[in-house]
Amino acid sequence: MAVTVSIPTILRNLTGGQKSVEASGSTLAEVIDDLESRHAGLKAKLVKDGSLHRFVNVYVNDEDVRFQGGLEAKVSEGADVTILPAVAGGMR
Amino acid sequence: MARYDSLLDALGDTPLVGLPRLSPSETVRLWAKLEDRNPTGSIKDRPALAMVEAAERDGRLRPGSTILEPTSGNTGISLAMAARLKGYRLVCVMPENTSEERRQLLAAYGAEIISSPAAGGSNMAVALAKQLAAANPDWVMLYQYGNPANADAHYRTTGPEILRDLPTVTHFVAGLGTTGTLVGVGRYLREHKPDVQIVAAEPRYGELVYGLRNLDEGFVPELYDPDVLTGKFSVGSQDALRRTRQLLEVEGIFAGISTGAILHAALAVAEKAAGTGERADVVFVVADGGWKYLSTGAYSGSLEEAAARLEGHLWA
Repeated sequence: MAVTVSIPTILRNLTGGQKSVEASGSTLAEVIDDLESRHAGLKAKLVKDGSLHRFVNVYVNDEDVRFQGGLEAKVSEGADVTILPAVAGGMR
Repeated sequence: MARYDSLLDALGDTPLVGLPRLSPSETVRLWAKLEDRNPTGSIKDRPALAMVEAAERDGRLRPGSTILEPTSGNTGISLAMAARLKGYRLVCVMPENTSEERRQLLAAYGAEIISSPAAGGSNMAVALAKQLAAANPDWVMLYQYGNPANADAHYRTTGPEILRDLPTVTHFVAGLGTTGTLVGVGRYLREHKPDVQIVAAEPRYGELVYGLRNLDEGFVPELYDPDVLTGKFSVGSQDALRRTRQLLEVEGIFAGISTGAILHAALAVAEKAAGTGERADVVFVVADGGWKYLSTGAYSGSLEEAAARLEGHLWA
């Protein structure tokens, strides 16, 4: 299944400068494996010891995958996958 | 009884108002917790006063002490009011790209402001405050990101108010900053309603804010307890602005931009509930009023123009 993945500035050296790339897969893990096959090095930045890196947030259609099964989160056809660094956000 | 001995005593017990026009149906209802009705106009009065009082109790704060805090605005304004009434000096570390109104208010209350680089966002403000704390050991950093009194203020006050006013609450939606509101209210509600859903709305900024962020130097507040949350939405500035305006136009509530982001997530969970036919009472937080954001142009012109003007601003 084809999805669109937004790449944060800090990782664009791995995607030849592209802000967003196409990928396929029905779970986040499959999407990341597919990304890795074309943009080597990305997976190591996103996944550590079999789960998402602590300071990386991944959203499928704006919902954080950590509450949708993590790497096993379902990704539907046409979904927007957004990768972002974790930041302190909100009204402080 | 609405008479109080001083402004500090007028904290909390804010109204919970129904939103009949924005609610998806009679059985899926939205409720706004009006935290702008606090002494300095934001939800941050609760944790700020609680942190000051905790530090007074354990002897860290004494008359004439200097308080230091990394803050993008509202916590600083709350602390500045409390510091003025209680006789402390306040030094705030804030990113330079926060709204002009917040700076003016802080200055009016007599707080000193140290600016951190815009590109570093709140992470940089936290890092700079930690350096200043190390260099000035007699200053007291309350540190809202890791101070248990922050979450505890919501556990003791905000949570019980919500359950008292709406015993049928099914969802609670709030902004994710220090995580104090979600963790404190979430823990309280879960103890009384094990199935309650606790949902975070996280601001998603433009490239300018994330640009220099290194994935190995991320920041997760020490207060954060992922076990309390059941969902988290990332909301961009255009969606946040659209909902902020919708709240004003449809229900008459003039709120700040972060409230628009929270409403966006609240509507998403409400619509999900309506889709599956379940009954839901969704409470969301109105974190502050819109007054401090007028200079950003959030409420005028087209959405696209307003979103473009916000690019590079920390709006929540």
